[in-house]
Amino acid sequence: MHSIVVEGLTKYYGDLCAVDHVSFTVDAGEVFGYLGPNGAGKTTTIRMLTGLTRPSEGRAWVAGYDILNETLEVKRRIGVVPEASNLYDELTVWENLEFISRLYHVPRAERHRRIRELLKLFDLWDRRDSRFRRLSRGLKRRAVLAAALINDPEILFLDEPTTGLDVVSARSLRGLVGRLREMGKTIFLTTHYIEEADQLCDRVAIIVRGRIRAIDTPENLKLRAGVKAILEVELSDRPPASLLERLRGLEVEGRQLRVHTDNPQEILRLLTGEIGRSGLRLLSLRSRSPTLEDAFIKLTGLSPEVMRREKGI
Amino acid sequence: MRLRDELEGIYAILLKDLKAYYLKPPNISWGILFPIVLALAFTLRNPRGLRDLAPGLVAMAALFGTTSMEAIVVTFEKRVGALERLYMAPLTYASILLAKVLGGAVFGGFISAVMTLLCVTLLGMRISHPLLYAGGLALSLIALSSLGALIAFSVREVFEAQTLSNYFRFPMIFLCGVFIPVGSLPLPLRVVAYMLPLTYTVELLRASTLSPSTCPLLDLAILILFSAVFLLLTHRAMRRAYG
Ligand SMILES: Nc1ncnc2c1ncn2[C@@H]1O[C@H](COP(=O)(O)OP(=O)(O)O)[C@@H](O)[C@H]1O
Ligand SMILES: [Mg+2]
Repeated sequence: MHSIVVEGLTKYYGDLCAVDHVSFTVDAGEVFGYLGPNGAGKTTTIRMLTGLTRPSEGRAWVAGYDILNETLEVKRRIGVVPEASNLYDELTVWENLEFISRLYHVPRAERHRRIRELLKLFDLWDRRDSRFRRLSRGLKRRAVLAAALINDPEILFLDEPTTGLDVVSARSLRGLVGRLREMGKTIFLTTHYIEEADQLCDRVAIIVRGRIRAIDTPENLKLRAGVKAILEVELSDRPPASLLERLRGLEVEGRQLRVHTDNPQEILRLLTGEIGRSGLRLLSLRSRSPTLEDAFIKLTGLSPEVMRREKGI
Repeated sequence: MRLRDELEGIYAILLKDLKAYYLKPPNISWGILFPIVLALAFTLRNPRGLRDLAPGLVAMAALFGTTSMEAIVVTFEKRVGALERLYMAPLTYASILLAKVLGGAVFGGFISAVMTLLCVTLLGMRISHPLLYAGGLALSLIALSSLGALIAFSVREVFEAQTLSNYFRFPMIFLCGVFIPVGSLPLPLRVVAYMLPLTYTVELLRASTLSPSTCPLLDLAILILFSAVFLLLTHRAMRRAYG
């Protein structure tokens, strides 16, 4: 069964087409990743699917309800973790969750039990009486995730859940996403971390400038990159022009070379020959199987640097 | 069931706003000090004519009480993204709007009550028709708070809301019969005065503290009309922002 069905969803901001006729489906119980650089249209897609922004064109159904005409029914059945952790600074963690539980019409009898469970699940029980503003970024993120689960939603939308977190908090949050998946939640998450998408998602859609370039499981995406092996070479100096001419599809970063190839033996022969002639030395040589990052580069033509660029830098 | 959900949401937002913003000690003390200072300023200027002025002072307290904090609350929440929390929830825009309007009205009601107390105890104001006084004040608070909401939801920044509010507030103080009876204004200004809600607030409060001079029912009806128009316009502004 499909939890989310999207057909030609589009958003224009003036002349800018922020989301350009995207179509996809998300199965119940699936973790679906929306992977793309900053400004790709990830947040805009989530905002349209959660009833916060009106689409310019296209249609979508979330939990079986039309996002345009049955917005309240959609909102009852989803949880959203927005990009910014926007609970109320002035209220304590407990008060925040209690407030949200009322907004989502959680029955009075269940409210406190539900809040207690969530706080314990997210290791926030000891901080329940702290004001939201006193929490660290990682704890804020967890509190917002707890708030998104207060109505026991079928579907969770997570907008860049680990962006801005330190390594430890990010890892613990990824662990929580795994737990939620085991609990049977359908999860739609956006990220610009390629490894995160690889690690967490059953399927990944790669989105660049509003358009979906590919949708598949991480494994299939790696296969579609169409390379069997990658050779990484470190030289004693910058490679000469003659070498660059002989080996097409070579990526150079200073003294480092990277070659995608179906025929590593042939490449090795060429390399050693050229290197010997130009008087360079081979410092190290490594071969590995392709990662999702390689597939991403191949499929989008973007450099991985684009993905590492954080907002506002 | 649906209606109960909406009412529960309104109540939750109202309670949260009171707790997180309106009932903070600085706001409470402003709510008490503002009427005292206002009353004192006028007592010192003109100790005799104050009984006449009392309904105007209460109207002014209602005006500033409703519009000041509400605009700050809404624009602040808009800026930090907390307003979006409410839009994320399964609630209609109408309920979110009503909750915000009620918050402003409750705070304005608190300040007006303090002002009323001062006017009765210190200035010798006599409320001859308590029901009309309470009803008129309550309707005025809703109308003025709806105007505050319209301003707050139409702008982006806190300071814009303040500036825009002042465009309405200061003319209202001078045109709506707070100091100068509307009847003694030149005709063009009188026309403007009757297009502003505060005129009807002052008329109602005067009618319930002295002997009624005009028909208070008409004033009540006009305040209801003002509230409806402001609420509809605000609702439209909210829908447009969801774009
Ligand atoms: N409210 C808005 N008004 C105008 N342009 C917007 C608005 N929101 C987003 N955009 C633009 O739409 C594009 C996609 O933005 P967004 O969905 O936030 O990307 P992402 O979340 O992938 O970083 C960007 O170019 C952004 O500047
Ligand atoms: Mg984003």
